[in-house]
Amino acid sequence: MENTAVIFANRNIKIKSVNAKKFALWLFIVSICMLFAGLTSAYIVKKSDGRWLQFDMPDMFLYSTLVLVLSSVAMHWTYLKAKNNSLNAVKMGITVTAGIAIVFFYMQYLSWTKLVAQDVFLVGNPSGSFVYIFSGLHLAHLIGGLVFLLVVFLDTMSYKVHSKSMLAIEMCTTYWHFLGGLWIYLYLFLVMNN
Amino acid sequence: MSITDIQVTDELVHDDDHNEEHHEQSFIFKYIFSTDHKTIAKQFLITGIFWAILGGGLSVIFRLQLGFPDMDMGFLQPFLGDWISNSGKLDPEFYLAMITMHGTIMVFFVLTAGLSGTFSNYLIPLQLGARDMASGFMNLLSYWFFFLSSVIMFISMFLSTGPASGGWTIYPPLSALPQAMSGSGMGMTLWLVSMVFFIASTLLGGINYITTVINLRTEGMTFRRMPLTIWAFFITAILGLLSFPVLVACVLLLVFDRSFGTSFYLSEIFIGGEALPNLGGSPILFQHLFWFLGHPEVYIVILPALGITSEVISTNSRKPIFGYTAMIGSILAIAFLSFIVWAHHMFITGMNPFLGSIFMFLTLIIAIPSAVKAFNYITTLWKGNLVFTPAMLFSIGLVSFFISGGLTGLFLGNAAIDINLHDTYFVVAHFHLVMGSAAFFGLLAGVYHWFPKMFGRMMDEKLGYIHFWLTFVGVYLVFFPLHYIGIAGFPRRYYSFTNFDAFSSFVDLNSFVTVAAIITFGAQFIFLFNFFYNIFKGKKAPSNPWNSNTLEWTTPRIPEHGNWPGDIPKVYRWPYDYSKPGAKDDFIPQTVPYHQTKESNTDFENEESKKEQSAS
Repeated sequence: MENTAVIFANRNIKIKSVNAKKFALWLFIVSICMLFAGLTSAYIVKKSDGRWLQFDMPDMFLYSTLVLVLSSVAMHWTYLKAKNNSLNAVKMGITVTAGIAIVFFYMQYLSWTKLVAQDVFLVGNPSGSFVYIFSGLHLAHLIGGLVFLLVVFLDTMSYKVHSKSMLAIEMCTTYWHFLGGLWIYLYLFLVMNN
Repeated sequence: MSITDIQVTDELVHDDDHNEEHHEQSFIFKYIFSTDHKTIAKQFLITGIFWAILGGGLSVIFRLQLGFPDMDMGFLQPFLGDWISNSGKLDPEFYLAMITMHGTIMVFFVLTAGLSGTFSNYLIPLQLGARDMASGFMNLLSYWFFFLSSVIMFISMFLSTGPASGGWTIYPPLSALPQAMSGSGMGMTLWLVSMVFFIASTLLGGINYITTVINLRTEGMTFRRMPLTIWAFFITAILGLLSFPVLVACVLLLVFDRSFGTSFYLSEIFIGGEALPNLGGSPILFQHLFWFLGHPEVYIVILPALGITSEVISTNSRKPIFGYTAMIGSILAIAFLSFIVWAHHMFITGMNPFLGSIFMFLTLIIAIPSAVKAFNYITTLWKGNLVFTPAMLFSIGLVSFFISGGLTGLFLGNAAIDINLHDTYFVVAHFHLVMGSAAFFGLLAGVYHWFPKMFGRMMDEKLGYIHFWLTFVGVYLVFFPLHYIGIAGFPRRYYSFTNFDAFSSFVDLNSFVTVAAIITFGAQFIFLFNFFYNIFKGKKAPSNPWNSNTLEWTTPRIPEHGNWPGDIPKVYRWPYDYSKPGAKDDFIPQTVPYHQTKESNTDFENEESKKEQSAS
């Protein structure tokens, strides 16, 4: 029974070029890209319209960006450990990644308070509102990433994540790196356009 | 280690195990929370029909107001309550609410969810030779998000302040300021909430359609052998995936403006003699974001209908579709162009005339792929052995609307002429023909054509013919006069024209349009009877009633969960081998290998047949 199943499985792999779930994740990422492409285009259009408040981006955003890069490094380390079947390391890696992400949340919050200290509020000139919307919407997607991490963590607890069953953690890693890249894009966009 | 091995196989074998494990499902999981693509398709269809009746009903009521402004509408009081005054007059604010709801319902709930939702779900797995969608669960979510969105929109129609009333395009500042009109209050909020769920539904569905087309085609089903229906659904799903997130961005900023006091779309507004604090925003920004979705949305509506038409016309002309590659090329070209023409909705926003001429140029280019499609339909029909099934008639009707409505697009696409025609009934006539009625006819053609596979029974042809002629003639009688009214300068969305002397000569024409609209709407009940009666009482359908080539007709009369009882069929040829010279029958299904049809093979196909034999 087992063997025939494996043969079936092998035949399936030959027909399919991409895993359907992974592909769906990439499409989901494309739709998020379009969401932020829309928002950042709106930013450019609005800016060219005039009546635009100039202000300096708080340095805290730079630090938080570095912290988020760190969490991506942790995530990737976790992924490599899963390939080696070091499940305890995987559990630790996921915890560390999520922990760093929570620090990132806090630092984004601090950045907002810095903005408020500069008299840039959510309610006011759109140039300031956009910063809050971009960072807030990114955090909302990061919450999704945290839920995904939790799912992978629970999978690891029940031995469903290992070198022969990498799908969940691979997808989680992809999404996590994407969220990191997305924030770097948003940060650079805001710094360069403000 | 053996445990882990089993888990690996569990994941991978998933697609093939349906036929072995047949288990009885409870009613709830079989018909309500089903993950089967066929059931979900029917759910989309029935919900779409419900919305179509409602959306069409609203249009009849506001046509009554336009055609017979002095009429006593007291008889509608049982339905509309306080929206009809005691003297029998329709409330002007509710008039605006009705046109808003009519637009929203028709564009999103009927022609996006009802059309793509039904036929993408139903046909993609069946025509590609897949057991089901890539993810049944996502598909289930897609429908139930749509359902939730429908419920919210439906509830909004019963608010005492009325549903959203700023037009389906919800332009701010009107839609952004609750104090601007009663419909911009709770009704608008519910509209936005409903649309968020709707977008989630569309994205879940779209991701699923694309993944299924890429990953789950059966052996031999190359992209060049896909039916044009699938091509159309595939490209439609990509359009949705790229454009709906931008609507999220657009709506999100509007939500912040409405509920949190930001000023993305608002600046320097006085309302009721009072200055608002908002500074620095721009309502034009909204239009840019909205139409970046809004224009592709038009093609999200029409492309599936064009795909269905390709299939139906080819089958019922007993001829291969003319220009298969050109058809795919024109779908791709239309899809690409749809993203770079959005500003033609905004010619009168004070945009730079130079920019306007660029958008005009790009807009007029769309005429080329559209004309390619129209040409190909006509050349497919040319000298075919036409079989006039109701589906065929509706497809030909679509081609007619697509051409006559498309011609007026050339006028409206011109920045200079659009200044005169913008927001008049000319625009209303244009889009109701080219995308409204055309897409609706595509939807009906699809229902008539695939009804036997959906429900295992036949619809009544005679009733189908009556339905077609009344609707076809009715649609022209409704929308053709609107061109004249539009050129005369009637602005759309106005409650009444009796105050303007210039328009008094058009009173009769408006009454005529209203009568035609009522007849057309009434004719749809023939369809409803035909549809619902024959689900239960229709003649039992043969498994391939139209002698068609595509894979869905190789399934049993009523396909079970998993679609094919045995192995998934393999595909050896393209889907349009109708009336092939030398062939025994006038159709050769996609599952027939070339080595079985020596008598009709071309040289190239004989080469293929040798490869087939050496492979097996």
